[in-house]
Amino acid sequence: MAEEAHSEGGLVFHPMDQFIVKPLFGDGPVEWYTPTNVTLWLGIAVLCTVALFVMGTRGRAIIPTRVQSIAELAYGFIYKMVEDICGPEGAKYFPKIFTLFVFIMMTNYLALIPMSYSPTSHIAATAVLGFGVFIAVTVLGFVKNGTHFLGLFWMSDAPLVLRPIIAVIEVISYFVRPVSHSIRLAGNIMAGHTVIKVFATFAGVVALAPVSILAVVAIYGLEVLVAFIQAYVFTILTCVYLRDALHPGH
Amino acid sequence: MATESTADVIGACVDAKGSAIGMPQLCVEWMPNQIFWLVVALIAIYFVLSRIALPRIGGVLAERKGTITNDLTAAEELKAKAVEAEKAYQDALTRARAEAAKIVAEARAEIQKDLDAATARADAEIAARSAESEKRIGEIRAGALEAVTEVAKDTAKELVNALGGKADARSVTAAVTARLKG
Repeated sequence: MAEEAHSEGGLVFHPMDQFIVKPLFGDGPVEWYTPTNVTLWLGIAVLCTVALFVMGTRGRAIIPTRVQSIAELAYGFIYKMVEDICGPEGAKYFPKIFTLFVFIMMTNYLALIPMSYSPTSHIAATAVLGFGVFIAVTVLGFVKNGTHFLGLFWMSDAPLVLRPIIAVIEVISYFVRPVSHSIRLAGNIMAGHTVIKVFATFAGVVALAPVSILAVVAIYGLEVLVAFIQAYVFTILTCVYLRDALHPGH
Repeated sequence: MATESTADVIGACVDAKGSAIGMPQLCVEWMPNQIFWLVVALIAIYFVLSRIALPRIGGVLAERKGTITNDLTAAEELKAKAVEAEKAYQDALTRARAEAAKIVAEARAEIQKDLDAATARADAEIAARSAESEKRIGEIRAGALEAVTEVAKDTAKELVNALGGKADARSVTAAVTARLKG
């Protein structure tokens, strides 16, 4: 970093380099099937999930071990969320929602390991999640309720004059949902990691080093919170959309 | 530029030094790779969770709930038993107290009876003794009266003789008897 920092007569920042996708083996082009650092860190996330939820609960203990109680806590937390928001019918979709939560949680936390790769910082990944939820929920809404699902956009308790206007706004906001849903997650993770990297670059300057190290620590702490909060927000919004699909009446 | 030929080899999103050009997030070239592996990872996590982990955790939680409910029921039963035992103990205590009181009363009555009998015997003895004494006193009193009569008769006879009269024993006796009665 040092010679780069002085190459243009000042600090040169490469805060985005941490998001580069590289092939794991060789320097070839990145095809869709190429094992890359994405593959590596997603694989680690899968392994951590297996470790926490399968190895950790292997004892099936009535009095749980520490790892098992973490798994149970996550289960109870998301199960209660799904049940509270979507009602008892929502319990059928609990495994899928829990998968989303665990995936985002795991990748967010693994991304906090220095030198790691953060899949959820890429809009390509979060858009798949966001639009996946959007398409699934919309299809489910029409399958469950038929055309009655369109009642979601028709406010029957609003004055008749306002209803078409509200309907237009509701339709727009409905289609913006997946965009905001995915950009919120990617943006939060990308921004946090970039800021950490920028402050880390400042640590190369002796005069600024103490401040920048403190700032890195502070923002890292913030990112630990953000990692959980974004997983939580993504999951709870998924539950809210699912509820709209199950009970379109306002 | 020279970098362009290198970029063709490495990809459109990385410059010759290996740094990102613009935002890697917007590099279209990398998106299929990310999406493919994301879907693979999601499917893997979904199968692991829905086939193995979630049923297991759900089972454990249900089992724990059952165990807790059972334990609470057992505790409730034991508590009821304890209350019952306490009641039985109190009953036994009350019964024992009543029994003890009865025994005390009986003993007291028995003693009273013995005492009454002894008192009656003593009273009877006392009465018998006093009656005997009464009789003796009467006898003594009668004896004394007789002696007085005898002495009075004898004295009267002697007095009559001494005064020179011929004392008729029969009339003197009658006179003395008359005087004693009077």
